[in-house]
Amino acid sequence: MALDKDLLMLMLRRMWTIRHFEETVIDIYAKGEFGGAAHPYIGEEAVAVGACVAMQDTDYIAGNHRSHGHPLAKGGDPKGAMAELLGRVDGYCKGKGGSMHLADFSIGILGESGILGSSLPVATGAALASKIKGEDFISAVFFGDGASNQGACHESMNLASVWKLPIIFICENNQYAVTTSYRDTVAVEHVSDRASAYNMPGVLVDGQDVVAMYEAVSVAIERARAGEGPSLVEGLTYRYEEHSLGLGRIRRGEYRPEDEIETWRQRDPIVIHTNRLVEQGIATQEECDAVNAEVRGEIDEALEFARNSPFPEPEELFDDMFANAIPQP
Amino acid sequence: MPETVFVNAINEALQEEMQRDESVFIMGEDIKRSIYGATMGLLEEFGEKRVLDTPLSENAFFGAAVGASAVGMRPVVETLTSFMWVAMDQLVSQAAKMRYMFGGQVNLPVVYRATMYYGGGSAAHHSDRSYPMFMNMPGLKIVAPSNPADMKGLMKTAIRDDDVVIMFEDGTLFGNRGEVPANEDLPNGELLIPFGVANTLREGTDVTVVAIAGSVPHAVAAAEELEAEGISVEVIDPRTLVPLDKASILASVEKTGRLVIADPAHKVCSAASEIASIVAEEGFWSLQAPIAKVASEQVHIPYSPVLEKLVYPTKEKIVTAVRGTLA
Ligand SMILES: Cc1ncc(C[n+]2csc(CCOP(=O)(O)OP(=O)(O)O)c2C)c(N)n1
Ligand SMILES: [Mg+2]
Repeated sequence: MALDKDLLMLMLRRMWTIRHFEETVIDIYAKGEFGGAAHPYIGEEAVAVGACVAMQDTDYIAGNHRSHGHPLAKGGDPKGAMAELLGRVDGYCKGKGGSMHLADFSIGILGESGILGSSLPVATGAALASKIKGEDFISAVFFGDGASNQGACHESMNLASVWKLPIIFICENNQYAVTTSYRDTVAVEHVSDRASAYNMPGVLVDGQDVVAMYEAVSVAIERARAGEGPSLVEGLTYRYEEHSLGLGRIRRGEYRPEDEIETWRQRDPIVIHTNRLVEQGIATQEECDAVNAEVRGEIDEALEFARNSPFPEPEELFDDMFANAIPQP
Repeated sequence: MPETVFVNAINEALQEEMQRDESVFIMGEDIKRSIYGATMGLLEEFGEKRVLDTPLSENAFFGAAVGASAVGMRPVVETLTSFMWVAMDQLVSQAAKMRYMFGGQVNLPVVYRATMYYGGGSAAHHSDRSYPMFMNMPGLKIVAPSNPADMKGLMKTAIRDDDVVIMFEDGTLFGNRGEVPANEDLPNGELLIPFGVANTLREGTDVTVVAIAGSVPHAVAAAEELEAEGISVEVIDPRTLVPLDKASILASVEKTGRLVIADPAHKVCSAASEIASIVAEEGFWSLQAPIAKVASEQVHIPYSPVLEKLVYPTKEKIVTAVRGTLA
C-alpha cells in the first residue's frame, strides 16, 4: 500500500505527541504535581496511532486504564488531557475523571475505563447503534492481553460476531499484565488465535510498526463498513516503563528480564517509522526532527495551560450526577 | 506490646493460617509478587500450589473459590472492592446463596479480601467502599477492621469460619501502626477475635459515636478534641457489620442518649443507615436527640483532589455532628 506523505507524517506527529506527553507526565508525577495512578503508553505508540489514523473523526473508540495514548492518537487536544491529569476544570472531564478516564466525546471517544474489560461491551453497543441506524461509522476498542481474559471480552466478541457489528477489537499485547506474563494466563499462543472461536478474522501484527498497524486496521474497517462484521487485531508490543506511576513496590527487572526490555527498546516504534521515512526518501531527517521539536513545544504549552487552569470549585462536587439535578439526600 | 503495620497484620494472619491448615490457599492478581503488600513472602514459604496468580478473570476465580471451598478447601481471594463488580454474579448467585438454596448441605469457607482504596486520587472506578451493598445480601459475613490487631485477629477467624466472609480492608489504614500482641503472650498462643463483638475504643457518657473502618481514627481524634471541651464521647467500632453487635450499640446509646455514626460508605442505605434504623426501632426511648449520620456524600468519587476531600467523613465533620446532638 503506497501511503501519502501527509498521512505518514501525521503518524509520526501523533506518536511523538504521545511520547512527549508521557515523558512530561512521568516528570511532573515525580514532582508531585498529581497523584493516583497513571499508566504510561511509551513503547506502544504505534498501536493506537496506526489504528486511529485509519479511522474517521466520526468513528468511535473506547479504551482502558493505559489511557493517554488512545485519545491523543485520535487527535485529542493534549491541553485538555493534561488539565484532566492535574484535576483542573479545563480537563476533558472537568477534573472528575483523571488519568484513567480520559474521554473527549466531541471526537468520538467513548471513554477510557479503569475496570479491565468493561469497555468492550460499550464499544460493541456503539457498533450496534451504527447498524441499527444504518450509518457507516464503526467503533474500535483497545484492551490489553490481560483484559482479554475477562468474560466481558469473550461475550462482546461473540455478540458482535453473531450480529455482524462494525467493530474492531484491538488487543494491545504488551505481553504483561502488571507482573504477570500473558504466556501464563492466555491459553493460546496469541490472543488473535481466539478469533476463530468467534468466527471472525484474527490477525497478529507487529505493534512496533505503525504502518503495519494502519494497514491491518484499515482492512478490518473496510470489512466492518461493508457490513461483514467484526475483526480482532492483535498488536504485539511492549511497555517500556513500569506498569503504573505510583506503584513503586514493583522493582524493575523482577518479572521481566533486562535483556528483554533492551531488545524491545531497540524496536522503538518512532525510530522504526522515522528510519523508514528517511530511507525511502519520503521525508528528510530534518523534517522528522522538526516534527519532534514542534510537538515538544505543544506539550510544553499543554502543561502550561493545565497548570494555569483552576481547580474546580467545591460547589461543582455534585454537578453532572444527573441530566437534571435531583435534591441531595 | 510489639507494633505492627496494618498491611503486615494481614500478612501475619495469612501466614499463620496457611501454616496451621494445609487446605488454606490464596489466589488473586499479581499476588506472587505482592503488588499491594499483603502476600509478601508467602510464595517462598508455601510454593506455587498454594499461592496462585490468576488470569484477569474475576468472575471465574471468585466462582472457582466457591467450588473449591465446597469440596474441602479454604480459599482466600485477594481483590480490590472495585473489581468485585465484575464478579458480582458469582458472589451473589453462588457464594451468598448456594448454602441456603441447597438446604444447608454444603459449607463454603471462602474469604474474599477486598481492599478499599480511596482518598488518594484514584477516581470513581477505584475508590469503592461497597460493604453496605453486600450487607443487603443475605448469606455473607462482612468484616471491616480498623487497626492491625483487629485485622489480624479477625482475618484468622474469617479463614477458620465455615461461611463466606468478605474482609473489607480499608486502604487508608494500610500504613497505620498499632499494637498487636505476640502469640507467646496470649493465653491460647494465638490472636483470634470473634465475629459479632464490637470494640469500645473510648468510654464516654455524653454521646456515642459508632465508627466504621477508616472512620475510626477520625472518630477517636474527634473524641479527644471534644474531651478538652468537656464533652465525653464513647467510641464504638462494630468491627463486623454482619453479624452486628447491636447489643453493645444499644447499651451505649442507653447510657449516652445520643448517637453519631461515621461511615466512609455513601450515605444512602449505608451501614450508618442500618445502624440508625436499628437504634430508632429498638432504642428509641433512650434517645435525647436525633441520630446524626456522618457518611460520604451521595456522589461518585471525583478525581480532582480539591473535590475528593469534600466527600468523606472527617474529624471535623464528626465533631460538628457530635456538637449538633448536644445543641
Ligand atoms: C476488573 C479489573 N481487575 C483488575 C484490575 C487491576 N489492574 C489494572 S491494570 C492491570 C493489568 C492489565 O493488563 P493488560 O490488560 O495486559 O493491560 P496493560 O496494563 O498491560 O496495558 C490490572 C490487573 C482492574 N483495573 N480491573
Ligand atoms: Mg498487557
